[in-house]
Amino acid sequence: MTDLLLAARNVTKQFPGVLANDDVSVELKPGRILALLGENGAGKSTLVNVLFGMYRPDGGQIIIKDEVVDLRGPDDAISRGIGMVHQHFQLVPPMRVVENIVLGAEPTKRGLVDLDEARLRVVELSTKYGLEVDPDALVEDLPVGMQQRVEILKALYRNADVLILDEPTGVLTPQEADHLLRVLRGLTETGVGIVFITHKLREVLAIADDIVVLREGRVVGTTTPDQATESGLAEMMVGRSVVLRVEKQVAQPGDVVLQVDDLKVNDDRGQLAVDGVSLQVRAGEIVGVAGVEGNGQRELVEAITGLRHASSGAMAIAGKPLTNNSTRQIAENGVGHIPEDREKHGIIAAYSLAENSVLNRYHRTPFSSRGIMHREVIYEHAQSVVEEFDVRTPSVTVAASSLSGGNKQKLIVGREFSENIKLLVAAQPTRGIDIGAIEFIHRRIVEQRDKGAAVLLVSAELDEILSLADRVAVLYDGKLVDVLDANVATRERVGLLMAGITD
Amino acid sequence: MKARQRQLLWIAVVLIVVLSCSFYSANGPQTTAVLAGTVRAATLLTLGALCGMIGERSGVVNIGIEGQFLMSAFFAFTVTSITGSLFMGAMAGIATGLTMGWMLAAMAVGLKVDQIIAGTVLNIGALGLTSFFYDGSRSLGVGKYTNIDLGSLADLPLVGTVFFSRPPITYLTMALLVVVHVALFRSVWGMRTRAIGEHPGAADTVGIDVLRLRYINVTLAGGFAGLGGSYLALEAVGTFSRGMSGGRGFLALAVMIFGRRSPFGAYAAALFFGFTTALQNHFQLNSVFDIPPQFVGMLPFVVTIIVVALSGLMGSMRDPAALGQTYEKG
Repeated sequence: MTDLLLAARNVTKQFPGVLANDDVSVELKPGRILALLGENGAGKSTLVNVLFGMYRPDGGQIIIKDEVVDLRGPDDAISRGIGMVHQHFQLVPPMRVVENIVLGAEPTKRGLVDLDEARLRVVELSTKYGLEVDPDALVEDLPVGMQQRVEILKALYRNADVLILDEPTGVLTPQEADHLLRVLRGLTETGVGIVFITHKLREVLAIADDIVVLREGRVVGTTTPDQATESGLAEMMVGRSVVLRVEKQVAQPGDVVLQVDDLKVNDDRGQLAVDGVSLQVRAGEIVGVAGVEGNGQRELVEAITGLRHASSGAMAIAGKPLTNNSTRQIAENGVGHIPEDREKHGIIAAYSLAENSVLNRYHRTPFSSRGIMHREVIYEHAQSVVEEFDVRTPSVTVAASSLSGGNKQKLIVGREFSENIKLLVAAQPTRGIDIGAIEFIHRRIVEQRDKGAAVLLVSAELDEILSLADRVAVLYDGKLVDVLDANVATRERVGLLMAGITD
Repeated sequence: MKARQRQLLWIAVVLIVVLSCSFYSANGPQTTAVLAGTVRAATLLTLGALCGMIGERSGVVNIGIEGQFLMSAFFAFTVTSITGSLFMGAMAGIATGLTMGWMLAAMAVGLKVDQIIAGTVLNIGALGLTSFFYDGSRSLGVGKYTNIDLGSLADLPLVGTVFFSRPPITYLTMALLVVVHVALFRSVWGMRTRAIGEHPGAADTVGIDVLRLRYINVTLAGGFAGLGGSYLALEAVGTFSRGMSGGRGFLALAVMIFGRRSPFGAYAAALFFGFTTALQNHFQLNSVFDIPPQFVGMLPFVVTIIVVALSGLMGSMRDPAALGQTYEKG
């Protein structure tokens, strides 16, 4: 028995313009769970990609089972017993579970893939570790929680004794996440060591044996759950003290602004994704839409903002019916939109910051007249957005693509908020941005509410919904399962609703 | 395959058998001629479809099949003309196809050129080069491949002539259908090939070298088109002429799509398109319609357009998810 399963010693990894890992050292012992905690861009993913052989480190050593190794690629890491469950599942959707598990290490009989043998091995593994799956199901038909099991089985099939999980709970309901944590704990009893990457403090305290906190590519703290607190960890992650709870007054709801009646919307494949949703959002309140991703949130938001055609039902803003109107008509009726995919729908990366700051009204005075844009006015406007919304940039003439995720998001928020809006539709407004920017955007959203805007907030982060929303609507399988007032919307209750359990 | 589709398939098979038999009893020689023409026309389309299918299953679009056909036909013809050996010519055709496949792989996989542009390069290059070097005074010198009777099977009425009295490349094509089917759906190679066409990232994380496998597959697939070129010059026509592939490399892509990128599906589709070609020949030879022959000649292409458009409407066909995308690591 080795006493060191996996270790990084003084690992350094440089990318153009970024020192992603700077002298990072971590250790994993058999039967233990190591949590790597850090914000987006702190270097967690880089570190595990180095450990998994996807990147070669520029400096430092990787040690696997007491042996210094030079990993040539993922297959090298796999053959040394390292298994990885990626944040975005690496499964082939139209292939069967068993095929996905054995892919790359197929058992053969007379030159052909021996699926019977493979199926036996899969069933054996899934019974041993309590990870039941149907080996002949197509992966594309499985819910995400199940797909994750397939990913874990894939690693175990390759006799992994180190399991690296990259943000494994992001796509799960709280209950599914708890189940996963129990499965992982069970795995450690067989001697498997686990590296668990997350930015969720609660999970770290619940599961980890050792905690390593990364910030700006460096290890800034090593601790254990019994010595750490949520606020202490958050402070370590960010480098200063943070307010985890958003400060806000009790809502003063006014008239109905957004009225949605029996709305039905199809997804890209033509399947019904929003199945008869009816919802009201009043002026001066934040309604949070909770749900596991892929339960119709995207389609609902897109139908409301005019990006997607609703197949039936009605939508009105401030009493004015606007179902299936163009995005411009909807925006001109006082709707601000922070889109889910900021790169695709939020900004035009190649355009300058100034041009991006007027994307929703470049065609109106004072920004243009008779089809000619007025550069000076646009620059002035952009300058004021940059100042007011704390967008960190050398100038307003640089391309938006040069901004960091958080600054892009602040630019979008600034653009959407610089006009009086009646309704704000915010989809995943803080996805993938640093805590500083998150705090800032949260404060601004509450500010809009207090100025009398109705806010529809869609987020995959339940904590975000629970801390911001005045009412919580839960989507499951395209249906609105329930709407709860914030004071009764507990994590457990919302979690059950997210899994479609109503009683 | 779902139960309903299986049912439809059987209905179609029974219908074809019944119709063939009744036409045969009405006019034996003509029916035999049309159906033999169907199988003949299907061979080239099938070989092109096999080439396209192996590329597309790996995630690489090959619209250069037309060029691969033409160039291979040129070299098959020229080598046979020089050596006097049909076999050497056929080998030269296959080698040419492999080389063209390798060029496509080098551009589309190695250099990450847009796949459509890379395929177009093959098409334009083949048309230009073969037209330039074409020597009108050269002839094949030997007789083209002739029919081989498969013993007493060839004596059966109708099917004997249609399936069991065929020239060698046609038999080889039918055998290749089985080989490719087993390879694609049962072998380790096939499983990995389908994986890199659907989700190259997933394949990469389990240690499959995506770019290398694509490189190999696109090159190998070229061999099928090369055999198609040999068929065209040495078995179907017996000579070479400018632009003799006549759009059938593109038709082969339609056959591949309509056949759901599976060998037997493609063969069924090829027979269907082959039938329209044979029927068109029949109409023209016998002057069935009193309209200019160009309009009758349009038949296979008009049917292609209609069928491909309709098959899109049916919607159950899905392209490999990573089709047409270059793969970047990490």
